[in-house]
Amino acid sequence: MAENNVSQNSRRARASEERLEQIRREALETGRVASGAGADSSATVSSIIGAESYYNLAVLKEPTWTWEVPLYFFVGGIAGVSSVIALAAQLFHGPAPLIRVALWMALGGASICPVFLISDLGRPSRFLNMLRVFKWRSPMSMGTWILVTFSGCSFMALAGNELLYFGYANELVTTLRWAGEFSAAITGLLLASYTGVLVGATAIPVWNQHRHLLPAHFLTSGLGGSAAILELFGFLIPATQMIGFAAAGIETLVGFVLELFRGVVEAPLHHGKSGWTMRISGTLEGPVALVVRLLWGGTSTGRHAAAICFLVGALCSRYAWIWAGRASARDPKALFALQHAAIEAREGRVPSRA
Amino acid sequence: MTLAAFLTDATVCIGCKACEVACKEWNEVPEDGFVWSGLSYDNTKALGASTWRHVMFLEQPAVAGPQQVDMQDPFRWIFLSDVCKHCGNAGCLEACPTGAIVRTNVGSVLVQSDVCNGCGYCVVSCPFGVVDKRHPDGRAFKCTFCYDRQSAGMMPACAKACPTQSIRFGELSELREHGHARVAELQQRGYSDARMYDPEETSVGGVHAMFVILGQPEAYNLPPAPEVPTIYLKSAWTSALVSALVLIAIVFAAFLL
Repeated sequence: MAENNVSQNSRRARASEERLEQIRREALETGRVASGAGADSSATVSSIIGAESYYNLAVLKEPTWTWEVPLYFFVGGIAGVSSVIALAAQLFHGPAPLIRVALWMALGGASICPVFLISDLGRPSRFLNMLRVFKWRSPMSMGTWILVTFSGCSFMALAGNELLYFGYANELVTTLRWAGEFSAAITGLLLASYTGVLVGATAIPVWNQHRHLLPAHFLTSGLGGSAAILELFGFLIPATQMIGFAAAGIETLVGFVLELFRGVVEAPLHHGKSGWTMRISGTLEGPVALVVRLLWGGTSTGRHAAAICFLVGALCSRYAWIWAGRASARDPKALFALQHAAIEAREGRVPSRA
Repeated sequence: MTLAAFLTDATVCIGCKACEVACKEWNEVPEDGFVWSGLSYDNTKALGASTWRHVMFLEQPAVAGPQQVDMQDPFRWIFLSDVCKHCGNAGCLEACPTGAIVRTNVGSVLVQSDVCNGCGYCVVSCPFGVVDKRHPDGRAFKCTFCYDRQSAGMMPACAKACPTQSIRFGELSELREHGHARVAELQQRGYSDARMYDPEETSVGGVHAMFVILGQPEAYNLPPAPEVPTIYLKSAWTSALVSALVLIAIVFAAFLL
């Protein structure tokens, strides 16, 4: 019986005289016992003494957001910019079917987004508590109100447009549609950009150091994503082509700028899971989408391929930013380096430690 | 209005963790994982949703004050009970979209559990990494500064249980004065690296939990220059506005041309 157990657990270290000898040898030779079966036994004397942080443990807490939040950033961005595209098409006599699809995309996104946000909450049944406060200084509060307002505005725009589509043309309906389209475009822009502020105005170093870039980055993803979906719906018109070029061009630039930042704070943008996801998704929505569009933009297959590349890249880069935030929160040295640099800048000294 | 405060003194802490136990018992805080961290005698590692007082155990190759023996191979063991800083300008409070986090009449920052819906934005907005979401409860929790006890005229449980007065509870300016006097006394007695941790000049606007420590604050994972994240709002919104204008120009141009 006992021997059976030994053979079943042969891969696990077992208590025995030999094992004790092995532990003693390992401790003697390496100063640590890494092969231990217990909890974290890897702390070494040299890593404890003289540490520049408290055992290299995290100072900040990692973002607790679940998978729904990056998806919300993606869908919300596309929905928001769709309403801008609908308004532009309406103003400059774009194709009516495109306006209709764009308005449906706006309202569709606005309808899915609350589902993502509510299921991310620790207490989903209390989501209405968000609506008991209006707080300029909290991007989370502003975002809630932006999403609520956008939902109403995009509903008004779509309702007006559908009524006109089915032949109920009168002055009231036309006014309703215009009011809806204008207000949806404005709140849509807020919806697509505030997520960058939400992430940028936090204590997480890799986020707040890129707070200038994030709103532009997220807006561009919404712009290219919206045009890409319209292209996939068959609107292969010059306008979507031009937007596709512009968005992929800006994302190429963003990727290039991110590669230039090489400070200790930017480590999560270049290394590990977040770094590789960031790089691959950035390449997809930037250079790859741009080159595919340049070379094969004349064909519908080429444009569809470019659109898909952009969408996949934009979606994955949302996840990469959240993962980068988690890695950044875990790294006390990056936080301290940043704050030392700030202290030295305030005191007018040349940064030496950062 | 009197402003309540903690002054926690590393130089008289004996690492008994009575504060952790008292806090847990009084506030009915659930267990925070029974693990051996291997990091000196510290097995709770950091403040969190279910760790509102956290006793740190620092092992340093340094001389402790007027130490006379073993000068060739110096070693000092420091303990410090960390706690929520109850910032004057609190990131968690500014970030909270439900109004669950409020400023109390004693100047502390309180999460109202009956309002919090667990959005998690306070977690990324705390420059000290204090508040966190508790699983599977779903809501955010942190030190309440024993607001219930304070409302009844009693001192917080941790301060009451502390056997060495390492945790002092009192009026903010009095404790600050006391802390500076204590640092001066320590330095006179040979603890040349004694200092106060009291980030008054940063955007967190002063804290209601100050510390007397030996050495650099970084060794205690105390940020040397904490900033409340609302200082980033202006530049981030400006960027959002400018990018939105550029986006409008691109979309309009696409349909005009």
